[in-house]
Amino acid sequence: MAADATLSEVASPSPVSRRGPVLCKHCNLVVPPGLIDATRDDQFCCHGCETAYSIIHTCGLERYYELRQQLDDRAPAPGTDRTYNDFDDDTFRRLHTRQIGPLTRCELFLHGVHCSACLWLIERLPRMVKGLVEARLDLRRGIVDLAWDDRIVKLSQIARTLASIGYPPQPARDRKSRARRVAEDRRQLVRLAAAGAIAANVMLFALALYAGIFDAMEPAHRTMFRWLSMVLTVLSLVWPGAVFFKSSWAAIRTRTPHIDVPIALALFAGGAWSVFTTIKGSGEIYFDTVSVLVFALLAGRFFQSRQQRASADDVELLFSLTPSSARCVEGCVTRDVPIESLQTGDLVQVLAGDSLPCDGEVDSGESLVDESLLSGESRPVRVTHGDRVAAGTLNISAELFVRVQTVGEETRVGQLMRLVADGARRKAPIVRFADVVGSWFTLGMLALAALTLGIWLWIEPANAVDHAVALLVVTCPCALGLATPIVITIATGRAARQGMLIKGGDVIQSLSKPGVMILDKTGTLTTGGLALVAWHGEDSIRPLVQAVEATSNHPIAKALARDLATPDVPNNFRVHSANQVLGRGIEATVNDRRVVIGSLSFVSTLARVTLEHADLARRWAAEGITPILVAVDGVSAALAAMGDGIRPEARATLDDLRRRGWQLRIASGDHQDVVTRVGSALGFTLEDCLGGLSPEAKLTLVERTKATLDPRSGRRLVMVGDGVNDAAALAAADVGIAVHGGAEASLAACDVYLSRPGIGSILELLDGCGRAMNVIRRNLWVSLFYNTTAAGIAVAGLLNPLIAAIVMPISSLSALAVSLKSRTFADLRDNARLTAPHQPGSRP
Amino acid sequence: MSVLFIVVPLAVLLAAGGVLAFAWAARSGQFDDVDTPAERMLHDE
Repeated sequence: MAADATLSEVASPSPVSRRGPVLCKHCNLVVPPGLIDATRDDQFCCHGCETAYSIIHTCGLERYYELRQQLDDRAPAPGTDRTYNDFDDDTFRRLHTRQIGPLTRCELFLHGVHCSACLWLIERLPRMVKGLVEARLDLRRGIVDLAWDDRIVKLSQIARTLASIGYPPQPARDRKSRARRVAEDRRQLVRLAAAGAIAANVMLFALALYAGIFDAMEPAHRTMFRWLSMVLTVLSLVWPGAVFFKSSWAAIRTRTPHIDVPIALALFAGGAWSVFTTIKGSGEIYFDTVSVLVFALLAGRFFQSRQQRASADDVELLFSLTPSSARCVEGCVTRDVPIESLQTGDLVQVLAGDSLPCDGEVDSGESLVDESLLSGESRPVRVTHGDRVAAGTLNISAELFVRVQTVGEETRVGQLMRLVADGARRKAPIVRFADVVGSWFTLGMLALAALTLGIWLWIEPANAVDHAVALLVVTCPCALGLATPIVITIATGRAARQGMLIKGGDVIQSLSKPGVMILDKTGTLTTGGLALVAWHGEDSIRPLVQAVEATSNHPIAKALARDLATPDVPNNFRVHSANQVLGRGIEATVNDRRVVIGSLSFVSTLARVTLEHADLARRWAAEGITPILVAVDGVSAALAAMGDGIRPEARATLDDLRRRGWQLRIASGDHQDVVTRVGSALGFTLEDCLGGLSPEAKLTLVERTKATLDPRSGRRLVMVGDGVNDAAALAAADVGIAVHGGAEASLAACDVYLSRPGIGSILELLDGCGRAMNVIRRNLWVSLFYNTTAAGIAVAGLLNPLIAAIVMPISSLSALAVSLKSRTFADLRDNARLTAPHQPGSRP
Repeated sequence: MSVLFIVVPLAVLLAAGGVLAFAWAARSGQFDDVDTPAERMLHDE
């Protein structure tokens, strides 16, 4: 077999069935082999499920399964056997609990809270646990506030009960920043309410005054309404409306364009001139328009800030990666302690499947450690006595004892998180489209006002200022200031329902034009786990291998057993005596046949390996995939290649991106050989495949590439990644996109999080952002149309407060209507169509 | 129509009372979580 033929075989794992066990269409549990009916598309685990499905199906309610699929994407509540004894530790109590009278209070974050039944169950907790007085759940945030009597019950017992009913708790660590956010939300709400009440009352007075124009009105009443309007509007301007003056003052001082500048100008001109005419006793007033403007603009801003997610600070990032507790070994007992109380020199026990709480040195034990979190390396690393291990990495196969060297922020992952936080802080804000337009609005308004003033000073000096002020008020870009936040709010809301969480409105603008995209390999373009990527040998041997590998717990064996499994045919081979040699292979007797599976060196000591197999194995190893030899009855019979499988939709997505004009590169921490192999299969040129990059090197690459892009061209640098090793680069890029299954650190560092697996939804994201940007532009034209019409009337001197009061709301309302009717991100109804290309069947 | 000089300011004062009541409610946290109570009242027995 020629070398390139091998490559193509590696790229498209066509002979391999990727499906796992057959799942019940209704309940998603595994269908027992005996009940599988090969003639049907849908399989059920029992008659009950089949009946339930047919009822739901005949009622036309299949969307239930779609919705449930989305719920399943969220992390399932992991079964846990933790003792939670660390919750009773003094350090934990000091950090997370507060004593109020006889009761102790603590806030815990619960995994898997999502519905009304969860709420009911959790708030009934005081009936299950004696001594627990109150449990109040915040459904949206998944945080429960507990109050209990410490003399009767310990927190660890409450935590164990929570875990036993399916909500494993962890301390809610961001209490301070959450409190700040809540306080700001409350202030905003009060401001909005005050502005609304004032606007409503001033409009009522204005109605009376306009009626008075046509109907004779006593001058005393007229004066009273004018003065009351003035008092209320001035109140509205100095209290809720102050935000516009503050932000436009900041914009003027730093010389950055901002939409608030023309808004503040209009509010100030309208307010000040009306105060002047009120005190003078004659002349036009614009109090109604000004107070309604304040309310409408604040409302737009309120909705937008509700949508935006707060970014995490570095401490939170760190804690999201390392476990909150460790098993500390003292003499011959182990005790659960919070990691804050770990000290250098302590000995900790790390069970298989746990992540490491600290940086340290292995004291005893031998295991495989998954370091992909830090290095991007897809293959687990073997560690034994004397090897260094890092916090946050995952211990896969066996128990380890680790001598603590550093904990917390001093660990490697802690330092990495500091880089992430720095990157996010240094990120230059993107000058938003509305703001750029805002600066043109300001100039246009001022020029027109000066022109009006000039003309009218010449024609009729007494009314010149009046006409200029009318112009300033009526050209306030409020349709733009109100509609842009609404478009962004609706677009991000719809995107979230599609599984794309957009954290800031800037992203929409940045992604609306093609630029440079740097993609991570492991977990982004590839599945990130081990998978069978090629099979060389007879298919009849596959079930034999599957049966043997199913008996082992080794990650490679597990992956091989999973990928070789044929769902429709039960495996009838019985394994008799399996003997596993750690890190080398396995030998077993199956139906009287001797099977040896393992590395080339292991199999060649126990069986004869043909020259062809040995050659192919070496070539695969050179390409960065792991060859597994299979020998049956003393002769090598087949060769399986284990590697990091390319995601099925990756090729099509990347080709589409290239067609749209995006420039693509791969940046990976994995070996250059592996990166080249994956890259060439995905159509990258050799120089665009960068391998062996440390997290810091990725950051440098992103910063350097970003510097080559002209900010005026609108071309932005987008980083797509999933791991902790990408987090710093994600934070530094113009737009960081984290893909499903990524570490929580990348989630916190990114601007967009795709909760559907794979990179397929990037295309939808780009489409949606492009459409949203078009709607914003359309709003600009609507706004511009009204403003120029009104400006024409004002320059002609025909504008009075009544016309201003009618034109302003109409322009805002029409811009709002355009925004609300617009299709930015597709609705859920179109889900079936949108998810179709991501089915596993559609390979490139 | 001089009653207007009493009634209109009174109306404004009433509105101010409403705003103050809302401010009190917002500051005491009644609008912090608007989702959970809606579900909770369904379960109270």
